[in-house]
Amino acid sequence: MYIYDEYDQRIVEDRVKQFRDQIRRYLQGELSEAEMLPLRLQNGLYIQRYAPMLRLAVPYGALSSARLRKLAYVTRRYDKGYAHITTRQNIQLNWPELEDVPDILAELATVQMHAIQTSGNCIRNTTTDQFAGVAADEVVDPRPWCEIVREWSTFHPEFAFLPRKFKIAINGAREDRAAVGVHDIGLNAIRNEAGELGFEVLAGGGLGRTPMVGAVIRPFLPWQHLLTYLESILRVYNRYGRRDNKFKARIKILVKALTPEVFAGKVEAEWASMKDSGATLTQEEVDRVSQYFQEPAYEAFDGDDASYLEKRRTDKGFDNWAMRNVHPHRAPGYAAVTLSLKPTSVAPGDITAEQLEAAADLADRYSLGEIRSTHYQNLVLPYVQQRDLPELWQKCRELGFATPNIGLLTDIICCPGGDFCSLANAKSLPIAEAIQRTFDDLDYLHDIGELELNISGCMNACGHHHIGHIGILGVDKKGQEFYQVSLGGRSGRDAAIGQILGPSFAAEQMPTVVQKVINVYVENRTPEERFIDTYQRIGMAPFKESVYAANH
Amino acid sequence: MQRIIKGDQVIDETWHLLPRDVTLAELSNSDDLLVPLPLWQEHSHALLARDGGLGVWLEADEEVESIADDLQHFQVVALNFPVFSDGRHYSSARLLRERYKYQGEVRAIGDVLRDQLFFMKRCGFDAFALRADRDPYEALESLKDFSVTYQAATDEPLPLFRRRR
Ligand code: HEM
Ligand code: SF4
Repeated sequence: MYIYDEYDQRIVEDRVKQFRDQIRRYLQGELSEAEMLPLRLQNGLYIQRYAPMLRLAVPYGALSSARLRKLAYVTRRYDKGYAHITTRQNIQLNWPELEDVPDILAELATVQMHAIQTSGNCIRNTTTDQFAGVAADEVVDPRPWCEIVREWSTFHPEFAFLPRKFKIAINGAREDRAAVGVHDIGLNAIRNEAGELGFEVLAGGGLGRTPMVGAVIRPFLPWQHLLTYLESILRVYNRYGRRDNKFKARIKILVKALTPEVFAGKVEAEWASMKDSGATLTQEEVDRVSQYFQEPAYEAFDGDDASYLEKRRTDKGFDNWAMRNVHPHRAPGYAAVTLSLKPTSVAPGDITAEQLEAAADLADRYSLGEIRSTHYQNLVLPYVQQRDLPELWQKCRELGFATPNIGLLTDIICCPGGDFCSLANAKSLPIAEAIQRTFDDLDYLHDIGELELNISGCMNACGHHHIGHIGILGVDKKGQEFYQVSLGGRSGRDAAIGQILGPSFAAEQMPTVVQKVINVYVENRTPEERFIDTYQRIGMAPFKESVYAANH
Repeated sequence: MQRIIKGDQVIDETWHLLPRDVTLAELSNSDDLLVPLPLWQEHSHALLARDGGLGVWLEADEEVESIADDLQHFQVVALNFPVFSDGRHYSSARLLRERYKYQGEVRAIGDVLRDQLFFMKRCGFDAFALRADRDPYEALESLKDFSVTYQAATDEPLPLFRRRR
């Protein structure tokens, strides 16, 4: 994991001081509400329905036991004893007092955490694959590149007031677990035919009101030029992105209006004068950052652990968990393990102070002190030895982390919705819970197989409903809370935006609607097909027929 | 008299910022004037024939490319922020300095507030006409908000990774 040196630490501490003074001036009336707004947003501070909400940055999901313990302390001391993992790998506190925020940030700075640029019209947290560095299908470890981008984007003086927020994701594996296609900039770390490292650059993806999959604007960018090229994209966007209409201000609108070719041309023209400037990356810097992401000293095992395999054969409960929550690892005898934060009746992604501490203990005991947040709102232990899995499973069960549903229908991605968010059209959490209750039979759930169900409380799409295989969107229908369903969305290599099924439904209809959709799949699937495959093959019509037929 | 921040000091303002709709006939001969871009584009000859100092000011949507060939005539280029959250001129300032090598004064005008000064300075602004209701002396503090910066920018051609030790 990256460890701050004195420079990194000083920047974070300077920020705490600066923000403390801004809050002071705000409370004394020297800064107006409007002037304070972007300042506090750039520090992750929203004023929400019931209280301020503070979004803390977890750069590319990297957490440690020390960070979790500090977070636990902060949630107890300054909040209501729980936190929330977001769909961008960050962590939110729902109930801090405005006056306490500087102290919270000072606490977090002691474990190299902050809230810098977690909101506002600036470059946000760079996200990546939660299995980075351990995935078997990885070509390039994306984490050093995430850190390099993190440093470059932190307080970038030119890009603090962009037309709109700006999100970058980096993927380095064959499969795309970072959803690069739906980010303002997506980077696929690749090697060209000569074996040289570089990036495929996508621009103009995003969700929200006008969901779009990004276009490749450069098939191969040699790594040395990463920062100058990013800077060129951002400059074109900063100058020419729309500022007259907040709903048309994302880079995707600019890329679409210009066409990706013309946009790419503008970027290249800008880049021509910046290329090879002092900002060009050096091997030395890449080495400096990469040393923090070396493979740990793995114990040498000869293939899979026998006792683990035996336990899987003989204990169905364990096997269910291993099937869903244990992931392949590149080192023999090791595994990555997801701690599910999606048990039924808990808001997806919520985690209590006790659980934060328990997860810290698990990380120390089983995973070299390292733990990660995922954009599916779960936690991952990246370095677990297979022989420890039975014991880890027991502990996870006691702690409420063992719901064996990762990648299944009840592993729902869900935004805070109407229970917390003032922009919501409808509540989202109760819908998630109702669906989880409907599909509480484990065998059935496992039989349905891989399925992503995503819920957003309004078209801002914080719950990524567009890229859910089943997407649910809260809409306002004459003042009533209704839900629109879409099918066929997906992230990953062949990212696509879901298609709307038809007229929206009342909350109480939702479990039945999802049940009907699932039935159509189960009746039509071939043995190998996942939900998304069947949908792709048979199309929308059978789903539509079934759902609306009985609806008269 | 208004006071502005120049370099790291507060000084008396000597320039006259002319409104958008000013006409040539209204101009004094010997004052130091900041003229709107359209006036410059229409009357550059007349403006150059004056005795007083000359600067130009650009709206947020006016591009520095439009004055790239004229920069030697301006002692000041002022960049207007209609609201402080409109960030276009951060790029303009860097282009003036880094691409066009402009050496004169680059001044921030309009909705200029202390919490933006640090970034502005990094992008090549060296003068700040703070919004009239704000105290420029207090604002000086914000020029020191950060003691370390990661990126290469106008004030520092090398990124931290080339300076780190
Ligand atoms: C409760 C307070 C929240 C508010 C007021 C809020 C507001 C917004 C708004 C206005 C947008 C749309 C921006 C745009 O399209 O340009 C947005 C997008 C987004 N939000 Fe939130 N949000 C909140 C909480 C969350 C939470 C808790 C998460 C994570 C679970 C989240 C994740 C996201 C993501 C991933 C997007 C990006 C979608 C895209 O790429 O366009 N938000 N949010
Ligand atoms: S999707 Fe809408 S309701 Fe949900 S958190 Fe985002 S803004 Fe709020």
